[in-house]
Amino acid sequence: MGVEGIGASVARKEDKRFLTGKGRYTDDMSVPGMKYAFFVRSPHAHARIKSIDLSAASDMPGVIGILEGKQLQADAIGNIICGWMIHSKDGSPMKMGAWRPLAHETVRYVGDAVAIVVADSLGEARDAAEAVVVDYEVLPAVTEALQALEAGQPQLHPEAPNNLIFDWQIGDGAATDKAIGEAAHVTEITLRNNRLAPNPMEPRATLGIYDSAEDHYTCYTTSQNPHVARLVMSAFYNVAPENKLRVIAPDVGGGFGSKIYIYPEEIVCLWASKKTGVPVKWTCDRTEAFLTDAHGRDHVSTVKMAFDRDHRIIGLKVDTIANLGAYMSLFSSAVPTYLYATLLSGQYAIPAIHANVRTVYTNTVPVDAYRGAGRPEATYLLERTMETAARELGVSPAELRRKNFVRTFPYQTPVIMNYDAGDYEASLEAAMASADWNGFAARKAEAAGRGMKRGIGMSCYIEACGIAPSAAVGSLGAGVGLWESAEVRVNAVGTIEVMTGSHSHGQGHETTFAQLIADRFGIPIDNVNIVHGDTDKVQMGMGTYGSRSGAVGMSAVVKALDKVEAKAKKIAAHLMEADESDIVIENGELKVAGTDKTLPWFQVALAAYTAHNLPPGMEPGLKEGAFYDPSNFTFPAGCYICEVEVDPETGKTEIVQFVAADDFGNIINPMIVEGQVHGGIAQGVGQALLENVHYDPQNGQLITASYMDYAMPRADDLPSFKLSHQNTPCPSNPLGIKGCGEAGAIGSPPALMNAITDAIGNNDLTMPATPQKVWSALNAAN
Amino acid sequence: MAKVKMTVNGRQVGSDCEDRTLLVHFLRENLALTGTHVGCDTTQCGACVVHMDGRSVKSCTILAAQAAGSSITTIEGMAKDGELHPVQAAFKANHGLQCGFCTPGMVMTADDMIRRHGANLDEATVRAELDGNICRCTGYHNIVKSILAAAQEMRAVPQAAE
Amino acid sequence: MYETNYHRASSVEDAVRLKSSAEEGKYLAGGMTLIATMKQRLAAPGDLVDIRHIAGLKFISVTGRSVRIGAATTHYDVASSPELKAICPAICDLAHHIGDPHVRHMGTIGGSVANNDPAADYPAALLALDAVIVTNQREIGAADFFTGLFETALEEGEMIVAIAFEAPERAAYAKFRNPASRYAMTGVFVARRDSGDVRVAVTGAGADGVFRHAGMEAALAQNWSPDALSGATTDPADLLSDLHASSEYRAQLVKVMAKRAVAAA
Repeated sequence: MGVEGIGASVARKEDKRFLTGKGRYTDDMSVPGMKYAFFVRSPHAHARIKSIDLSAASDMPGVIGILEGKQLQADAIGNIICGWMIHSKDGSPMKMGAWRPLAHETVRYVGDAVAIVVADSLGEARDAAEAVVVDYEVLPAVTEALQALEAGQPQLHPEAPNNLIFDWQIGDGAATDKAIGEAAHVTEITLRNNRLAPNPMEPRATLGIYDSAEDHYTCYTTSQNPHVARLVMSAFYNVAPENKLRVIAPDVGGGFGSKIYIYPEEIVCLWASKKTGVPVKWTCDRTEAFLTDAHGRDHVSTVKMAFDRDHRIIGLKVDTIANLGAYMSLFSSAVPTYLYATLLSGQYAIPAIHANVRTVYTNTVPVDAYRGAGRPEATYLLERTMETAARELGVSPAELRRKNFVRTFPYQTPVIMNYDAGDYEASLEAAMASADWNGFAARKAEAAGRGMKRGIGMSCYIEACGIAPSAAVGSLGAGVGLWESAEVRVNAVGTIEVMTGSHSHGQGHETTFAQLIADRFGIPIDNVNIVHGDTDKVQMGMGTYGSRSGAVGMSAVVKALDKVEAKAKKIAAHLMEADESDIVIENGELKVAGTDKTLPWFQVALAAYTAHNLPPGMEPGLKEGAFYDPSNFTFPAGCYICEVEVDPETGKTEIVQFVAADDFGNIINPMIVEGQVHGGIAQGVGQALLENVHYDPQNGQLITASYMDYAMPRADDLPSFKLSHQNTPCPSNPLGIKGCGEAGAIGSPPALMNAITDAIGNNDLTMPATPQKVWSALNAAN
Repeated sequence: MAKVKMTVNGRQVGSDCEDRTLLVHFLRENLALTGTHVGCDTTQCGACVVHMDGRSVKSCTILAAQAAGSSITTIEGMAKDGELHPVQAAFKANHGLQCGFCTPGMVMTADDMIRRHGANLDEATVRAELDGNICRCTGYHNIVKSILAAAQEMRAVPQAAE
Repeated sequence: MYETNYHRASSVEDAVRLKSSAEEGKYLAGGMTLIATMKQRLAAPGDLVDIRHIAGLKFISVTGRSVRIGAATTHYDVASSPELKAICPAICDLAHHIGDPHVRHMGTIGGSVANNDPAADYPAALLALDAVIVTNQREIGAADFFTGLFETALEEGEMIVAIAFEAPERAAYAKFRNPASRYAMTGVFVARRDSGDVRVAVTGAGADGVFRHAGMEAALAQNWSPDALSGATTDPADLLSDLHASSEYRAQLVKVMAKRAVAAA
């Protein structure tokens, strides 16, 4: 692999700028004449706007301009879109309600934007925003999905009676019902997947710059996919044609899904820059982020899992209600359908599966993909059900899982997915060995002696990553193809620039993508620059989410490298008067195999650009591009084991051990992959123990609108983690990569909940398992 | 609007700002030292941590005027002569950062923690001392590892008594 | 935050004068609560009088068992004072667990006491230690000082200059932190003197702020041990209830924290 090649834990090239305060995030950007924006937002969860009076605010000191929704509409700026069409089981299309970037008729959640104030300073903009008088007619609000479906509830959009967006199904209902009818045992459970706020540490920000001389727009933004942002803003929002719009996502401080979407603020700031004639910068504060960043999860599901006499699963029936908030965000329809129900087979051979999913409007901020996006919901549902079943059947949770594992590949599930490779037993064994599963009873007894209740739980997850084969997702309703592009530009001196459509916001692409080049050509990674995040520099890309940068983004780089290598070999063969097939590349040199003839890499590059002596008919230069469209999803899988101690007097849970055994396929940089797992587990632990978005059901006010009430995982909430890998290469992409970005967040919540319910002897416990809830559940059990 | 003077990273600076200007905004906007970040509005996340007169403080909850006359060190003042500070080097070696946004606050916090605890730092103490710093990327695993490694590295260097 | 005018006081007299000449002035000590509240636009003092730089407000003096702490003394300085640790480690331990390291470097005992946040730690200690709050005008016993949620006996213009108490023979503080804010969801300070006087003060839990727990004090006066509290009860009707902890759960935490404090004392 070489010290900087594939498989090496290379320290990150990008770290120095972050460590020395030289990172360049959107809010760090400053341009001449720049002014500051503050948004006037609805304080009500549901209200009709009777009038907006800007007069007092417009006279405030420092105010440049105040713009409202009517003007936006007059300028024909489009509605926010949802990019994935889902049809209900009756064949009708999903019911899209209009989402205006600035509401001018109805507001539907606390935080819905109504107007933008642009002023000399942020303080003045905020002062003036408080002086904007909006006369609201307050309407009743509903925040819970189950309730919103009931008769007589507040109606959010006229297009969607009873707030139902779609009623969708997958799988074979009749076969599943038959299996349940014939089962020796049926485990039934109702589970809630709690609503989360993604909380990347960098709040969203945008800087809109309109150049009247060129009639050109530049948008700096905190985006995971700047090209998609440009495409959507051009094609749907009518901000500017693509050739007149440059989108730059510079250093981005975490995303976790929440920075995929094109939010109202980006559109409005660009438009406001043209209207006011000044560059307009908006930076979200944390409370605003809680109010307006797309949330994640929020499902309620009932599950029936049917077993035969031999404890083999013969059927799985799931009914899910998903809260999508007040409007349909970009991927919101795909998350509780194709990213969720297609994973309901888990690691198990289940002959019959049926899932029904209803999605619902409520007076809450839109819900969309958050780390894992659908797959954590599927895994939580399956793995809590499996654990419950094992307890009901009186068998060990490991045995029940082993008995039902998929063991031959490829394996076609009844819910679309075709698993290509894996070894679930290997991860289970590794995790159990690492956790000293067999020594648990002794540890439990020792803890009991200290008055503590100790429990252990496992979770076997699978996810579909490498999103996604374009034709496949197109047939399922996606509005875009999910390929990736790359361009490899070899300079005349042999240094290399790689343009990628993937976007790094913590994942370390500047290092791992460079490792591919080091591995291929044997040149130092310092001679390689990875360029991303700027639509003027990179032709096109679909961005980073769904653990796709390795499997899809890197595969595109490999395709481009293949072309570069082939051309370089042709040039080298010509220069060394050898046969092209005899040229090998080693340690930065092109050699004629079996001879002592060599050419350094840079000389071949130079020859390509001097073009004095190229093979007949060859174009000068050494630069190649490629688009890679995957042929299948990838299927990372693994087994997580969590051990906890519960303090019965306070209900406080301490994680005493956390083991993760993952199969990510081939790994480019183990250090970075482990970092991804650590972070994912922490977010999963957050979901299981700490985090919960809570709206007041009476009035739709967001109660958890800051870190005072939304519990973020801190260092002392977590242990150090024990990781291992059992990798089976992915057969569908050239690097054999499966992806690692979301696994931790997917696999960990059920492991933790299974451990706590084991400790307290009560399975009736919802996430987050706060001390109060655990204490109550413990009392109920006694 | 008043002129606020202080020493930042060893240099005397002065700039006009409103009395309501927070130290973090004074650093970022008046002095263009954008390494110090704002990640929350409730004095909890620690992305804004700098040193004031030798102690770690949250620059988002201090007025620039309150800091007038003091000596401030920001993340930009940690590396000397192009060499990473041992804490910075340990974060790089141990992959103690991902998106980099909380990192300046983490580095400033770690340095302060090591100054107070020296080689007595253990994992539990590091985790407790990180109470005022939130990271969403790393799960803290490698941050803890980085700080322990830096504490060992810096043990060789005698620390000034408080 | 809204606009404000900053003034730096050079002495207590200067501070009082500056504040009295302002219309809606406030003393600013460490600012860890006040600035945070102003950022949220929940407080809007027109003038701030910074008392952090006043010489003579930052000190810890220990004479025999008599303790006097200057109002502008930071939590960090209280937590790390060897003199204090020698005779009243409980107050150091309490200070060491306020907020986080950065907050402890700025936040002051005077500021915390004057603010009387129902989830703050110091009020429990002062009440249990029967401390005296020394102002520029008078001395106020802790029992008379804390008058309700964010309410104190301080008069307009009156300024805390020091906190004084006699170190008890035994004392300890145990708190259970709110998982989100990390403030005390319930904190109990217990103190016992050789005279047999026992005080138990509870913060974070009371609907009217910090309070003394008469039932526990009586039980512990009889038998200074955690077991003595097994039968102790707290009426949930007197306790706070919120998203994180119901009043019933807080009642349980009061008991558990009290037992743990006694065990640690």
